[in-house]
Amino acid sequence: MTIGGYAGKILRVNLTDGSWSTEKTSEELIRRFLGGRGFCAKMLYDELEPDVDPLGPENKVVIAPGPMTGLFLPSSGKVHMASKSPATGGYGDSNMGGHFGAEIKYAGYDAVVIEGAAKRPCYLVVEDDRVELRDASTWWGKGSFETEKELKQRLGEEFQIATIGPAGENVVRYACITHDFGRQAGRTGVGCVWGAKKLKAIAVRGTRSVPLADVRGALRKGRQMFEACFSKPGFKEWTPYGTAGVTDWINEIGAFPTKNFWTGYFEHYKNINGQALRERILVTDKGCFACPTPCGKYSRVREAQRCCYVEGPEYETIAMVGGNCLLDRIEDIAYANYLMDDLGIDTISGGNVIAFALECFEKGLITEEEAGRKLAFGDLDSVLYLARKIAYREGIGRILADGVKAAAERIGGGSERFAIHVKGLEWSGYESRYAPAMMLAYMTADIGAHHNRAWAITHDVAVGRDAIEGKAAKVIELQHIRPLFDTLGLCRLPWVEIGFELEHYAEMFPLVTGLDYTWEDLLLISERIWNVVRCFNVRHIPGFGRSWDYPPARFYEEPVPTGPAKGKLISRETLDRLLDDYYALRGWDKNGIPTPDKLRQLGLEELAADLQRRKA
Amino acid sequence: MRLGVKEELCSGCRVCEVLCALVNRGECNPKLGAVRVKGLFPEPGRYQIALCDQCGECARVCPVEAITERNGVYRIDEELCTGCMECVEACPRDAMFAHPARKAPFKCIVCGQCVAYCPREAIYDVEGEVVRK
Repeated sequence: MTIGGYAGKILRVNLTDGSWSTEKTSEELIRRFLGGRGFCAKMLYDELEPDVDPLGPENKVVIAPGPMTGLFLPSSGKVHMASKSPATGGYGDSNMGGHFGAEIKYAGYDAVVIEGAAKRPCYLVVEDDRVELRDASTWWGKGSFETEKELKQRLGEEFQIATIGPAGENVVRYACITHDFGRQAGRTGVGCVWGAKKLKAIAVRGTRSVPLADVRGALRKGRQMFEACFSKPGFKEWTPYGTAGVTDWINEIGAFPTKNFWTGYFEHYKNINGQALRERILVTDKGCFACPTPCGKYSRVREAQRCCYVEGPEYETIAMVGGNCLLDRIEDIAYANYLMDDLGIDTISGGNVIAFALECFEKGLITEEEAGRKLAFGDLDSVLYLARKIAYREGIGRILADGVKAAAERIGGGSERFAIHVKGLEWSGYESRYAPAMMLAYMTADIGAHHNRAWAITHDVAVGRDAIEGKAAKVIELQHIRPLFDTLGLCRLPWVEIGFELEHYAEMFPLVTGLDYTWEDLLLISERIWNVVRCFNVRHIPGFGRSWDYPPARFYEEPVPTGPAKGKLISRETLDRLLDDYYALRGWDKNGIPTPDKLRQLGLEELAADLQRRKA
Repeated sequence: MRLGVKEELCSGCRVCEVLCALVNRGECNPKLGAVRVKGLFPEPGRYQIALCDQCGECARVCPVEAITERNGVYRIDEELCTGCMECVEACPRDAMFAHPARKAPFKCIVCGQCVAYCPREAIYDVEGEVVRK
């Protein structure tokens, strides 16, 4: 049978010899892993040997939209990008909006797999069946924005383009990929892997139709979904401020990363919130494909020496570059955002690493001589200076470019206590010492300390922030629902932010695909994927297990010093209790390794056998 | 119904493109939509919407008179059309579209679906008969 929603083919491009091939998207892969994140996890598990160097030619990048990407339904513009992460050594992925994923589908592909490594800088052009690797020497060294602009001029306006900046070229471990002048696949250093492979950009244009199992049914349901979005109060209230709109609430509950996660409250937050953005720098709302609630805020800064256009700042950038580095003007954050986007640095990891460096300087662990100048929290020039040093791996940037975990190992002096990461991935925008579910979410997020697998902080606030009971169960529930969006190729924000009901997606799925899967079936697939990723980490990271799931000492030894969460921390004993609950509910052993029974129950017999073999 | 655009409201989501193709050509493919959104980035940071205003220039240049007007709306007779694409060249709004899989070009026939579902109300009915759902 033809399953609707799929373009039908997977494209593999080998950069080493410039060859490419296509294969049919296998029905078994579809039925067991759906697409997007599911394809990424399964293909990387199967195709990468444990000793693969993330920066070597054997590493691969899987770029996969999902079966619902590019369709007429709310916010269907997402694409997943994954590889063995140079930031963590484990499975790494990042999800990106814009129009890139939809275009891949319309070009006829359910995934693009990048293999090998080129000798000279190159970029990939895909236009339906035409696949070409071209010389990118002209753009090597140029920023993301200039590269995208010039490639559009050269290839045509309808091409959707993703690029890396100098940070990716210089294999900064948290380099990002930028598309549509401001959408990013930011996390886990997928851009670093592109750079190591000398891949500067991918340009895609597609003219094909995506088949639907029930065209009339999907059209009818799509209309109903948009109408439901339009009727939500949040449609009008949330959209004008986008993710930046959450800044006030996060400060009010004392969870705003401030001064390298020293505290959870920044007194100047009204100067960097969604309103400040909208009133002072906004140019236009900028949406991803088929999005009724565009959180993208396109801005312009007009200040002496600092004029720029930039998409954002998003909440995460406001938190990590703003509060965490103590920048207290939205214009300053926007300019730092622009510079880091253009250099190709993930603003989450970048903001985190820079704040870490500023604290090291403050504590005398980095000297003025080592830094090359004086550094200070709240000083925009310090932030810009460090961003450039990191992107070009110059001076202190050589150490910082490897991420906060590796940097703390080099710098020493107890700095690992305030190197804020899990598994080597820098923590994102929620200070969680008074939010046990959110803390657990960060500890157990499969790629490292990222918020999007389970944004459980709302649950903490709703049911009681001191409570521990039930928190693990909620985190697991969210860890299945939220990544399912990444698997189907959708954005979760209409559900999260305006209360658009999950039932709509459950009803749409069979109309698109023709598969009679229920929502529970889809969640089971999401759990299967979660376990594949955990097994990937067991397989690839020597000694991987429970000890990789703890936050830095600052979070269990230093009480929050100021703000609404003052005096709070989560003790090591409580962290243990949370992990015990979590592993038990997941069907993992005390060391956090999936049990053979659990894997078999999820239809992952091959992984169970693999883990057994490794044990023996 | 007469369609107008307020480009300053557009956020570039392209719901109009994908819905138009689905309704009028029964296919899920924005490049078969008879409307096109173009982003002007990195500067000045706004969107252009290419949409037919039924000016009739396409009918005037068509060498085989395949385009005719009824009730203020110009339509293409695909039987008569030879696929010469003169109308695509001539359209002052860049709102006559061609696609490699189709012999005849295609254009807006004022079905109003984009008006009903544009999340931003950037495409609207000047006469106010149709509004967003």
